[in-house]
Amino acid sequence: MDLIADIIIVLLVTVGIIFTIVTVIGILRLPDVYTRAHAASKSATLGVMSLLLGVFLHFWWNEGHFSVALLLGIVFLFITSPIGGHLMTRAAYMSGVEPTDLTVGDDLEEAVIEQRIESDKNTPDDK
Amino acid sequence: MNVFYSVCLVLVILSMLGLLYRVWKGPSVPDRLVALDAIGVMLISAIALLSILFDTPFFIDAILLIAIMSFIGTVSFSKFIERGEIIERGPNR
Repeated sequence: MDLIADIIIVLLVTVGIIFTIVTVIGILRLPDVYTRAHAASKSATLGVMSLLLGVFLHFWWNEGHFSVALLLGIVFLFITSPIGGHLMTRAAYMSGVEPTDLTVGDDLEEAVIEQRIESDKNTPDDK
Repeated sequence: MNVFYSVCLVLVILSMLGLLYRVWKGPSVPDRLVALDAIGVMLISAIALLSILFDTPFFIDAILLIAIMSFIGTVSFSKFIERGEIIERGPNR
């Protein structure tokens, strides 16, 4: 029983470490901020969730300590990390960071221009 | 088992060093922000591995705290980059 528990824990921690390393390779080698945020937000979340699940099972099965705070941490990371990634890429786009030359299309540009025209129309002149 | 967790901890810390390179070099400010957010996530994994190595469950509260702090930091930084201020007091939000 102990051996099976250890095998499951080691597998989960190894998957977490592999995803962490993939994240770093992506952030160091991808060409612009949007692809880097793509690498960072998804694979880092999956990696840290898998690793925390391994640590949770370690404390549960080997030490007999059912840690609710760790489960809460896993759920919190699962909720907040995509929100953070979305906010970072949005901030990058709105502050005018150019995408790489390999980019095929930019659908957001038209929507942003339309919204700017709309908000200019709605703003009162005496302001 | 301890050797395995130590190797994992060293790998996580090396990953954090690689991200520090991106924070230092990054051509734009959002690049640095992305790398800093990933550093926060990897700090969480490093503390989880440390709590296994030290054989104590008391570090786990620090994991939750760092997750919350890192999220608030990311949100306020990106809002600052996007609009130039964090707390707005205008009629047009």
